[in-house]
Amino acid sequence: MEDLAPKIIFWVFAALMLGSALIVVAGKNLVRSAFALLATFFSVAAFYVMLGADFLAGAQVLVYVGGILTLILFGVMLTNRIYSLELNTPRFQVVPGALVSAAIFMILVTVVRVTPWKQASIVEEGPTTARIGQALMNQYVLPFEVASVLLLIALLGAAMLVRRRTDL
Amino acid sequence: MIPLEYYLVVASALFSLGLYGMLTRKNAVNVLMAIELIFNSANINLVAFSRFVTGDTEGQVFALFVIAIAACEAAVALAIVMSLYRITKGVSLEDASVLKG
Repeated sequence: MEDLAPKIIFWVFAALMLGSALIVVAGKNLVRSAFALLATFFSVAAFYVMLGADFLAGAQVLVYVGGILTLILFGVMLTNRIYSLELNTPRFQVVPGALVSAAIFMILVTVVRVTPWKQASIVEEGPTTARIGQALMNQYVLPFEVASVLLLIALLGAAMLVRRRTDL
Repeated sequence: MIPLEYYLVVASALFSLGLYGMLTRKNAVNVLMAIELIFNSANINLVAFSRFVTGDTEGQVFALFVIAIAACEAAVALAIVMSLYRITKGVSLEDASVLKG
């Protein structure tokens, strides 16, 4: 019985993730797609929890749901006339796109099935926040600093791109 | 315990859906959403490998950097979408060639 519960939780979140992702990519209404993306991000955070990555699950909810999804919703609202019924987004090359992505899915599943994955002998359990913090401050301090500079540059670049031409 | 392969197959399905969205949409914001799906599927793989194959937090640190880069990418991409909208009054990627030069 206690073996069944994780399986049920896994498949519920997998179904939620893939179903909402399908709405994101195939739905007709752009606002509906943006809100379906919310369910996808939350299911991914649930996967992180199941994989024992508690800090990453928190970061996923904060950054994706709190930041990126808000940005995307701003993008949807600012670039579409929300009160007209013009939100239906055009689609093209549906059949070739579906064929290509189905073929790549088949290749990926075959690779996953035939590869003999190495299994870890020891799995470190418990909270990960302290270990991630120590790794960031010792082993990965240079990528950490580069990422902070990159965030600053992205912020400045985004502000530069959307400024009015008269402000020059 | 869910085996590693299940996580990888679900992540592959998410990746394929994101690829399908990228290939079939003309709306720039919608293509951006599909790219976010692909980022998330890659992150699931990284965390699953870190849990099952290495057994430590290395993959999680990598996934954290992917999240940070994704935030940068979303900000800059939406700024480009905004300037595209200002010029063409639309966000169709067919008109995106006006942004050059």
